[in-house]
Amino acid sequence: MPDNLGSEIAPTPVPPVGARLDLPEAGEWKRVSPKYVMVEIVGTIVFLLIVCAVTGVLWLVLEQDWALWVGGVVALITLISLVLEPRRVRSIGYQLRADDLLFRRGIMYQRFVSVPYGRMQLVDITRGPVARLLGLADLKFVTAAASSGVAIPGLAEADADALRDRLVELAESRRAGL
Amino acid sequence: MTSLADGDWHRLHPASPLFRGGIFVFALLGFVIANFRERVVDLVFGIPRESGDPLDTIYERGAVGWALLIAGGILVVILIAFSLSWRMHTFRVTDESVEVRSGILFRSHRKARLDRIQGVNIVRPLIPRLFGAAKLEVSVAGQDANVQLAYLGSVLADGLRRDILQLASGARQPRVSPGEAGQPAEAGQAAEANGRGLRQGLGDYATARVGEFLAPELDPDAAPPQSVVRIPILRLIGSIVFSGFTVILLAGVVALIASVVVGGSEWLLIAIVPGLIGSLGYYFSRFTKSLRYSIAGTSDGVRVGFGLLTTSNETLPPGRIHAVGVSQPLLWRPFGWWQIRINKAGHSTNEGAAGAAATTVLPVGSLRDVERVLELILPAFSDDAQRALIGRGLTSRGGDDGFHNAPRRAAWLRPFSWRRTGYAVAADVALLRRGVLARDLVLVPLARLQSVGIDQGPIRRRLRLATARLHTVAGPVSATLGVIDSNESVRLFEAVSAGAVASADSDTSHHWSRTAAGPAAVGESPAPAPAPEAPGAATPPAATPPATTPLGPSTEVTW
Repeated sequence: MPDNLGSEIAPTPVPPVGARLDLPEAGEWKRVSPKYVMVEIVGTIVFLLIVCAVTGVLWLVLEQDWALWVGGVVALITLISLVLEPRRVRSIGYQLRADDLLFRRGIMYQRFVSVPYGRMQLVDITRGPVARLLGLADLKFVTAAASSGVAIPGLAEADADALRDRLVELAESRRAGL
Repeated sequence: MTSLADGDWHRLHPASPLFRGGIFVFALLGFVIANFRERVVDLVFGIPRESGDPLDTIYERGAVGWALLIAGGILVVILIAFSLSWRMHTFRVTDESVEVRSGILFRSHRKARLDRIQGVNIVRPLIPRLFGAAKLEVSVAGQDANVQLAYLGSVLADGLRRDILQLASGARQPRVSPGEAGQPAEAGQAAEANGRGLRQGLGDYATARVGEFLAPELDPDAAPPQSVVRIPILRLIGSIVFSGFTVILLAGVVALIASVVVGGSEWLLIAIVPGLIGSLGYYFSRFTKSLRYSIAGTSDGVRVGFGLLTTSNETLPPGRIHAVGVSQPLLWRPFGWWQIRINKAGHSTNEGAAGAAATTVLPVGSLRDVERVLELILPAFSDDAQRALIGRGLTSRGGDDGFHNAPRRAAWLRPFSWRRTGYAVAADVALLRRGVLARDLVLVPLARLQSVGIDQGPIRRRLRLATARLHTVAGPVSATLGVIDSNESVRLFEAVSAGAVASADSDTSHHWSRTAAGPAAVGESPAPAPAPEAPGAATPPAATPPATTPLGPSTEVTW
């Protein structure tokens, strides 16, 4: 029997069908700023306006009747997602563990990622126009793997800067080669 | 002193500009010959020419002097440009880096840190190979970040590779092994030979070239012969014939026959026939490129070599392999053949064996070959229990065999392969097993893992399943497990993320030979970061940590 790391952890009780993924071992998740909902909502509304405009042009100017249907369905889905936006933002969480950064997001499509600090290549902070008005920033943790995709949106600017400095410091002390 | 790795600036092979401009020079030659072939025919066979060529025109107009002057001028300019480009193209290898300076008007200076080397590749295209020259490429992580030395003398290139790898391994001075002591003497003899009359010199030169050309691709001193894996020619042909390409080709042929029988659509004929003819060329080039294939373990990593006319061999130092995929296409199953591909951070600009990307380490091999190659590329993962685990990962039908397999309900998503879909973690390597028709085993050394993720959509939630992904650098191997019990996925997540941290702490493959030297050297702090990134490089706002070493080499271009 090989030395199997996976079997060392005690089995957990079977959750009911339809239960969401969760990390029972994980501690307290840090959430992103509630103001970030505004950024998402503005983005969604802009998208909705574009959909309406395109549909309008296709329907009224070019007289394509199918556009009304397609546009209507897209607009409906967007409206529903608009309602779910606050929950989605609440689902975004991260925590700094001893040796790695944990990140989670999504309700319908859940995703958990763990990145050891030593794998950091760089930390990117970006601010969109709406986020800047609200004093928010997005932080992206970049590794050598493109698929890592750890991007924490909607941090207060001071928090983002502090988190970046903290991550760089942690990465420096645990640097691993490529 | 024949070592090029002595910290001084050196020049490349004098004929380098000619080799680099290879195709252009030949095109020019072809053009000249095409224009003057009638004249040549006239001179040799005495057949009169029908129409005038450019030389006649020049002669008739009495512009012979001018023409000679212009031709001479062009020749001089070309010679000056070539020699200037040769003089300005210098490189040096120090204890810490490989540097290349090149360019006449636009100077460029490229520097790669030795401890970031991902591989050293020596390629000998046919023509330079005939003249005893080789191209040496040091690959580092990043797009277009490689340092290329094109071209060097063949023997010098081999020596330089050895020195670069030894310096990168953490040994301070190039070690001189007894087998190499003969080379300087030989070089000295060659120099003397030049003095002994041209004829004798030319003869020696030719002998040396022929000797090099016929020499075995892998020098026997470098690797113990029992570690060398080769591919029999019949198997090579078989692997090429029984490939997905052949299936498509057969489909094409069937479509062609059908269209002829049914009649009518000529366009199909026009579309398919050239493709069929082209495919023959494809088979041929794949075949010649994979001939003389060998993979061997040396003290400085795995060496993969191949090629009949144009030869190539690449050395991958230890710990540069981020993921290993062993797979068996369905058509190969009756023969028990497997293929091994890897993910690595550095990418050579040269093609690999069989015209595939250089990420294919073993184009085709038996189970035994797979075992030996895995031993070479994952040397720390080769005791009996681990070998048995690999064996079960490759051929087991599933069940309780050391792998954590997907539950029965995964059959909704993986109707055939759910029994075999599972993972195991042992000795800092994660193994993912997938596929039952086309079987697949992925090994990820946790020390190289970038991050780990699990995710779940609505369908998998209903089935209490999840998807687990081990994120590695980009490459042909994707370490993804499509179905896994959701509780098991959490356990995998915790085990792999803890393992990734622990194994990176104990990983010493940066300076593979320094750590082997003894504990005194282990405490040595890593070399200081090289010169900061290129001044012109766009740095993200307030992002890059000050001491982060750049992924690639720093390149600066000055006017």
